[in-house]
Amino acid sequence: MLENIKILYHQGKQYIPDVSTAKVPGIFRGRPIISNAKIDEQALVDLCPTGAIQKNPLSIDLGKCTFCGECAFASPDKIKFTSDFKISANEREQLIIKEGDDKHIQLNPELIRKEISKYFSGSLKLRQVSAGGDNSCELELNACGNVNFDMGRFGIEFVASPRHADGIVITGPISENMAEPLQICYDATPKPKILILAGTDAISGGIFSDSPAINRSFLSKYKIDLYVPGNPIHPLTFINGILDLIRKRK
Amino acid sequence: MTKYISIKNNQTIPLQDIPVLKYEDFLEHNTSLLKEEHNHCMSYFGFPQGGKLKLICCMANDKEHTINISSSVINADSTLPSFTQHHLSFHIFEREIHENYGVKYSDHQWLKPVRFSFNRADKNSQIKNYPFYQIESEELHEVGVGPIHAGVIEPGHFRFICNGEQILHLEIQLGFQHRGIEKLFLEKKKLLQRTTLAENIAGDTVAGHTTAFVNLWENLCGFKADDDLQFSRTLALELERIAIHTGDLSAICTDIAYQLGSSVFGRLRTPVINYFQVWCGNRLAKGLIRAGKNNFPFTKELGEQLIHLFNEYEPDFKEMYDEFKTLPSVLARLEKTGVVTREQASSIGTVGMSAKMSGIVRDIRTTHPHDLYSQLHHEPIIKNHSDVYSRTQIRKKEILQSIDYLKTLLKNIPNENKNRQELKSPSPNSFAVSLTEGWRGEICHCAITDEKGELLHYKVKDPSMHNWLAVALAVRNNEISDFPICNKSFDLSYCGHDL
Repeated sequence: MLENIKILYHQGKQYIPDVSTAKVPGIFRGRPIISNAKIDEQALVDLCPTGAIQKNPLSIDLGKCTFCGECAFASPDKIKFTSDFKISANEREQLIIKEGDDKHIQLNPELIRKEISKYFSGSLKLRQVSAGGDNSCELELNACGNVNFDMGRFGIEFVASPRHADGIVITGPISENMAEPLQICYDATPKPKILILAGTDAISGGIFSDSPAINRSFLSKYKIDLYVPGNPIHPLTFINGILDLIRKRK
Repeated sequence: MTKYISIKNNQTIPLQDIPVLKYEDFLEHNTSLLKEEHNHCMSYFGFPQGGKLKLICCMANDKEHTINISSSVINADSTLPSFTQHHLSFHIFEREIHENYGVKYSDHQWLKPVRFSFNRADKNSQIKNYPFYQIESEELHEVGVGPIHAGVIEPGHFRFICNGEQILHLEIQLGFQHRGIEKLFLEKKKLLQRTTLAENIAGDTVAGHTTAFVNLWENLCGFKADDDLQFSRTLALELERIAIHTGDLSAICTDIAYQLGSSVFGRLRTPVINYFQVWCGNRLAKGLIRAGKNNFPFTKELGEQLIHLFNEYEPDFKEMYDEFKTLPSVLARLEKTGVVTREQASSIGTVGMSAKMSGIVRDIRTTHPHDLYSQLHHEPIIKNHSDVYSRTQIRKKEILQSIDYLKTLLKNIPNENKNRQELKSPSPNSFAVSLTEGWRGEICHCAITDEKGELLHYKVKDPSMHNWLAVALAVRNNEISDFPICNKSFDLSYCGHDL
């Protein structure tokens, strides 16, 4: 017992006091900024492994981007990744960053259903479904609940059954073999429920988008409440995205 | 007549140099190798060639530090005697050949689907109709778990047959994560796309699989990796081992409801993966390892930060582990739980921790060293009790060992080569193989090129391919309530298996 208390004392405070203003260490690649510099745009389009870069005007789709940073290495004057981790959005178009854009990504309050803030602002229980996820987003979703990020302090938790859940967080490109279990899980979740796509693979299929082994028909049936880009998602991107979703009111 | 060609890890050979044997000789040669424990099957696969199927078997010889490769050409619709009948460790590879190409085996004891790949031979074989083993009895009951699990983990279905609380049999059905990776390796033509695929094989083993890929690719292109590239890869592999092992210790504590251990080990992982972010901008090292180049040269400052990290990590880690291992309530849950005997582990061909827990010395860092491992003279950590506690102890010792290795490596940080040789195109009509020791165990990538140097076949083997059967054997006669801790102590990959 005494030893346990000693360890507790040595550990001190580990949590991040304010998740919305925290700084991430190192050279995190978050929201990119694209300058007006004139460069060979086609070369960047050809370079991107997942077709996230489009030209005229040059843009990066964070829903497709793997955040590998190769474009920024190839053309440092044109593309710069900032450490802004607040890149969750509730409109797919918001994830497309165009030349000259340099503003924070914010949720569109018009698109947040009113039952979300009414029922979930103080407590949100989520069910996670990995549908072809590579266990990187899954590791980071687990990290959201650890003592550093401590998502539980906001009443946000992952639960073991869809019956206990207020929403579903999908990771992975949705493999054909997971399409049916995902549907069953969604149907078993009581209404009202929210749907969150976490990670590039979930949002667009990522590098797997044209694989014959995936089946994304589930996504065309429902409204997506939150897109959380990243490869994998950063815990702070996820937590801030959800807090914005449940606390914002029209 | 030579029955095989003997090569080293990360070697490229002309495809035609692999001897083609009659199937009977092929079977006899490869199965008889397994009479010696220093031989094991690293990879065995088929690929279509001119309307027929070419089978290639790669056997590692851990004593001679070589890989013996042999092949045979068969008709895909033939019925063959199985390797599995002679040695169980081939079971998963023959099941895969059967599933992908329709080859029938006359005497395979367990010819069940592996992953329901999209291009399987029999489309009538559906994931929802998996043929589970059943026992008719009024006393027994079945428990089905998954594919979606209670925690935030990947999907897989576990079917238990229990007598009361005791597990008699567990069958593990996988394939839910199948994304068609091997096929995408051929279809995606850009090197960056293929590297991205390698990073996504298993997101918890980014350094392991990406190193296997880039080593193979550079070799195929006749590129000799400079010291600084090898340094970064070795460093990344060991850091990944430290990070994931620490996280696993946290998860083991969670599964036995030891809150303090769960929190402290969990938070100790944070600075290690944050260090990856400091180095390369990604907490799980995606983007770090690239063939023929390094976007994130390792600097002296990064070295100092890492030493500082270890100085803070080690005392906290040791304090927590020392307390953890003295608690009777912890030991009661870990000791003698989830035992796989040495005979079982050897017969099913386990690798990595699942081999080292039961006295089997199997570690690529020692037996087939790549990158800077030949300098480190790695001594594998071996345990003999084969229980959850053995697997826990291996993690703890490997973490401390890896820290020592990294401190040694950091004494001599190579300068970035600013004048790197250019990466050429892959050599035509070739076969290349690459082995790395990921934190889970042996990773094997094989590639075959056509006459233009284009990829004709790409084969990935995650250590989980060998080891999933060990989980099923480990839980026999244990209480079903011990299943989570057994499963976590192996921590195998679903997506690495399903590809």
